Amino acid sequence: MTVLQKKTDNPIAHLTAEDIEQLGVELDAIRQSVIEARGADDAAYIRRVIDAQRKLELGSRAVLLVSLFPPAWILGTAGLAVAKIIENMEIGHNVLHGQWDWMRDPKIHSTTWEWDHASPAEQWKHAHNELHHNYTNVIGKDNDLGYGIMRVDEDQPWVPAFLAQPLWNFLNACFFEYAIAAYDLELGRNLRSKKRRRSPEFRGLAKQVLAKVRKQMTKDYLLHPALSGPSFVTTLGANATANLIRNLWAHSVIMCGHFPEGVQTFERRSIEGETHGEWYLRQMLGSANISGSKAMHFMTGNLSHQIEHHLFPDLPSKRYAEIAPQVEALFDRYGLKYTTGSLPRQVASAWKKVIRLSLPNDFGRRRVAEVQTMRDARNEMAGAAAAA
Amino acid sequence: MIPLVGPTRRRQTLRHRLLRLAERATTPLLPADYLDLFHPLRPGADLRGRIIAIQPETADAATIVIQPGADWAGHVPGQYVRIGVDVDGVRQWRAYSLTHGPRADGHISVTVKAVPDGLVSSHLVRAARPGTLIHLEQAAGEFMLPTDGGRFLFVTAGSGITPVIGMLRNLFPVTDSGVVRLVRSAGYDIVVVHLAPSEPDSIFSAHLRELDAAGAIRLVAHYTDVHGSLDVDDLDELVPDLAERGTLACGPAGLLEALRRHHDRRNLTLRTEQFRAPRVAVGEGGTVTFGRSGTEVVADGATPILDAAESAGVLMPSGCRMGICYGCVLPLSSGSVRDLRTGEITTATPGETAGRGVPVQTCISAAAGTCELDH
Repeated sequence: MTVLQKKTDNPIAHLTAEDIEQLGVELDAIRQSVIEARGADDAAYIRRVIDAQRKLELGSRAVLLVSLFPPAWILGTAGLAVAKIIENMEIGHNVLHGQWDWMRDPKIHSTTWEWDHASPAEQWKHAHNELHHNYTNVIGKDNDLGYGIMRVDEDQPWVPAFLAQPLWNFLNACFFEYAIAAYDLELGRNLRSKKRRRSPEFRGLAKQVLAKVRKQMTKDYLLHPALSGPSFVTTLGANATANLIRNLWAHSVIMCGHFPEGVQTFERRSIEGETHGEWYLRQMLGSANISGSKAMHFMTGNLSHQIEHHLFPDLPSKRYAEIAPQVEALFDRYGLKYTTGSLPRQVASAWKKVIRLSLPNDFGRRRVAEVQTMRDARNEMAGAAAAA
Repeated sequence: MIPLVGPTRRRQTLRHRLLRLAERATTPLLPADYLDLFHPLRPGADLRGRIIAIQPETADAATIVIQPGADWAGHVPGQYVRIGVDVDGVRQWRAYSLTHGPRADGHISVTVKAVPDGLVSSHLVRAARPGTLIHLEQAAGEFMLPTDGGRFLFVTAGSGITPVIGMLRNLFPVTDSGVVRLVRSAGYDIVVVHLAPSEPDSIFSAHLRELDAAGAIRLVAHYTDVHGSLDVDDLDELVPDLAERGTLACGPAGLLEALRRHHDRRNLTLRTEQFRAPRVAVGEGGTVTFGRSGTEVVADGATPILDAAESAGVLMPSGCRMGICYGCVLPLSSGSVRDLRTGEITTATPGETAGRGVPVQTCISAAAGTCELDH
């Protein structure tokens, strides 16, 4: 953990190798307790959520058939946005993690699920489950960290292009689902060289994404507007708005997971030969929670329990709230910081970091230094004047 | 195939187009996913059923009456149906005999005896509630009577009576006014030798006695607590005209095996039915067979199947290799594996496990005895 150890306030300096392994044993025990307890109630929960989400989506789309009437537009758009958020977060993300695979229901299974999202489930699972969850917050390996377009750590050299990163981040938020699809495709890396661009593997994957995007767009921007007849334009606007709301919301929640102040990043070399306990520790230090109401937790797909989710990505989401107190107590006992805060606070904190890192490391300090010099000079002059 | 022309073809393509359009409006889901919310038993849906009633038969057995989905194709008495039930949230599949003939109300029923370690049977008898949706497959099985009558011997043990009850109820319906003798049943001469540990435990014993009293069948009930255990050679005495009968037997493997030897010696015909597939013993490590390639890999009880298979040169899907990403999941079609993190055993039994098998994460699962993966 070299990035951490370099820091003057290394958050794990007080832990021995045995401590870290013991931490792993305790976390395994928490995981085991949930596995033993999960059962019919959990299964009923996810089925209820899926049932309600589908009815909400159907109802909202039905209301939007007459979206020419402003109240219908507002109601339908709000309903559809909520339905899309639930579909992506509490259902899609979690089903694709295999959180419900234990039910052996072929209809609610990570290997068969497809979601209302530009990125095909298969590609997203690879990028998210295999890369992001394994290499959480490892600079250069975790694409979710700055999405390859942002500077996310002081150790990354600054170049003037990073000045625009607040703008990139905002655009990223607006078109989040397409951005995700592009990251899952590793578009930036693959388009850069002719060899990669032409590889049949990349072309195959790109074709899948395009097919998925086309289907998604046909549904939201052609078919449902057409079904609305005279309300074509307003329904199209409603669907675009619902997608935009979903994108902004998902981006905000996800940014809160690994970006706020207090969350640690790691060097590529630091994870070589990492033990099970060290892996847990990295997840603990690299994630941040959001505190709030039950409704807020639900709408974030329980990603508000990001720490618990990163420790146990395949446990049913509804169980995270239940184990959170145990996990927090464990942080306390091991003298680690359990990063959490309200949604507005964490979003602001993450944005602050994006903006701060868009500037060179010494930008603030240089200004402070300049002000100090000017102040000193003024004081000197004043002193000299008084002496005179 | 007859080529479609004219209006039929136009209707077909129109229907097809509308269906495609509906699919585009519901993508990434299918129209069926939304219809299922409101009408899970409709025509065209995956075959499901709704439990209508659960009627106790003995202290530990019950008849489950099910309203099958619209696409239920019917059955012949003696056939079984595979039922998928969620027990503690986990989908489990089991086969049960249909214990009746075709019914006027279109319902079907199975009779289940709760066996001590029977996850599904205990659930159905004691915990299931009317109104629950279950999953079905179409009736199957070759264990049935010829339709043109004849002389038969049924040898049944325990819940092995269930497919036979289905046949008998079809031939000799029992109403409030007693057993009805149908013309189509006149050509059957049936003896039932039924074995059970004791009379109170015996499902359908009252029903069998009633049929016997009405002269529809001849019942030879053999209760272990009264008569001791049955030696198959006693059949020659119990059923003197054995040689003139076709035998149908349903019960545990040991009984069927003994009957097979007994009948082979006498050159008699025997048709058998056994539900519970022989289970592979759970152990530490074992041979893992990859069904599609036929490759066999010997793996110890501490090595993930993924590692063992890869060292043996099998091309395996993989991901995080630590149980997180589910990129390595393959269907376990038979045998058991142990989760190396939790020690939990997952078992697949052909005939009881749905689809291609139980999906397991090969990166954190070790062989627990001989097992087979569909890969």
